Amino acid sequence: MSDVEAAIIRAHHEEWARVVAALARRFGDLDLAEEAAAEAFATAVERWRADGVPPNPGAWLTTTATRRAIDRLRRETKRDDKYREAQLLHDSTPPEPPGAIGDDRLRLIFTCCHPALAMQARVALTLRMVGGLTVPEIARAFLVRHTTMEQRITRAKAKIKAARIPYRMPSADDLPARVTGVLAVLFLVFNEGYLASGPDTDPVRHDLTTEAIRLTRLVRALLPQDGEVAGLLALMLLTEARRPARISANGELVALDEQDRGAWDRELIAEGHQLVRERLAAAAAGVAPGRYQILAAINAVHTSARDIRDTDWSQILALYDQLVRLDPSPIIALNRAVAVAEIDGPEVALAIVDGLTEALAHYHAYHATRADLLRRLGRSEQARAAYDRAIELAGNTGETAYLTRRRDQLR
Amino acid sequence: MQYLVSVIDDKSNPGSTDRQPAISAFNERLIAEGYWVFAGGLADTDTATVIDNRGDEAVLTDGPFVESKEYLAGVWVWDVPDLDVALKLATEASKVCDRKIEVRPFL
Repeated sequence: MSDVEAAIIRAHHEEWARVVAALARRFGDLDLAEEAAAEAFATAVERWRADGVPPNPGAWLTTTATRRAIDRLRRETKRDDKYREAQLLHDSTPPEPPGAIGDDRLRLIFTCCHPALAMQARVALTLRMVGGLTVPEIARAFLVRHTTMEQRITRAKAKIKAARIPYRMPSADDLPARVTGVLAVLFLVFNEGYLASGPDTDPVRHDLTTEAIRLTRLVRALLPQDGEVAGLLALMLLTEARRPARISANGELVALDEQDRGAWDRELIAEGHQLVRERLAAAAAGVAPGRYQILAAINAVHTSARDIRDTDWSQILALYDQLVRLDPSPIIALNRAVAVAEIDGPEVALAIVDGLTEALAHYHAYHATRADLLRRLGRSEQARAAYDRAIELAGNTGETAYLTRRRDQLR
Repeated sequence: MQYLVSVIDDKSNPGSTDRQPAISAFNERLIAEGYWVFAGGLADTDTATVIDNRGDEAVLTDGPFVESKEYLAGVWVWDVPDLDVALKLATEASKVCDRKIEVRPFL
């Protein structure tokens, strides 16, 4: 790769969201901002090759994109709207207040993750406008046709414009709920990468987990005081750290107890642990942790054990107890039961799991957990039936392979 | 920016009928804060008449244009700066009316 290509890729990573966000604020139009930003990057590919990389690529890109946007508006408004054109030439927007909270990129993120948009639309829009992924890339990531994804994004942008979804920071009393909404979008992207669905996809989609982590790092840089942002980043890092050990050579998912812990990414674990320690200190000072922070702490306990036998299950169970109080959902209760099995035995855990049947009858992990508990209790026939159901429901190719092997090993 | 704010009732699970005092108080607030443009409750859908004059002669049909379990029980028109303000007010309105609310922008 040439230096110029490397510079363009770096600029795309570092500057895309900044350029789109700055233009969106100035022109009040996401569509225009996105198109002008894309044109500026296309121009950079030509010009930087010929003239060299400018000393400040970000400023060069913003200036070029702004010119493109004005050109476009001039063409569109030539007929009748001289007044608007005149206004555009004088940037009347007030200068940005210093500090992250005034960063245009935060406005962009909150707009893309607005609760009035459907979840799928929020995900697609965030990856396009903030992440800078192309529409075909996003379509591929979510296994939908290019035209379907294009429509999804176009419709979301049209709603933002027509319904006037504002391009600004949420009010202080809305902020926690809106941050939670942003984190839900990022976590969904991460999970789709970590446990990819679809019969023909790779079991782990490195592109999506990496992108989710990159965007969460950005949100963390913009909202450094938010404990849940730190919690989600730690959770992603500690999960991603195990990725190298998660899939066997023949494409089978490897459960936590069978993973080669030497293959875990020490650097990511160290960073994740550091964030968890930071949040533990805040909790000790009286700041109640949210669900991502608790999930991160659970993962910190797992990644602290050199061997599965060294796992501090009582600590994990205590964290799950804390989480259940915060989020009494059946899925949390199911995960808690796994820790209960390690402390009180599979029989006690099975009783808990059986109590969740009604809520989780269509959830593959419910049947997989139940199958494992039944297997440990020597109830092979029932275990086999539970594995069958789990295999039927699992959408991940690696997981299906793992469950099938486990079932076929039953005696 | 004006929004049509629709109050949606459900025939099989109607909202409570004692909401009028709370709605009046809410309207007073909308007026005081400068958001109020128009408000009105609607008579039962049975009282509606549909007129179709796209063909040779006007055809009148007794009843609403679409029969459904959920129906429009009343409307507001609000003039607010953006959707966030409209949604915040609509969140309150849903409690005040004990009914679902739809927020839809005018063109």
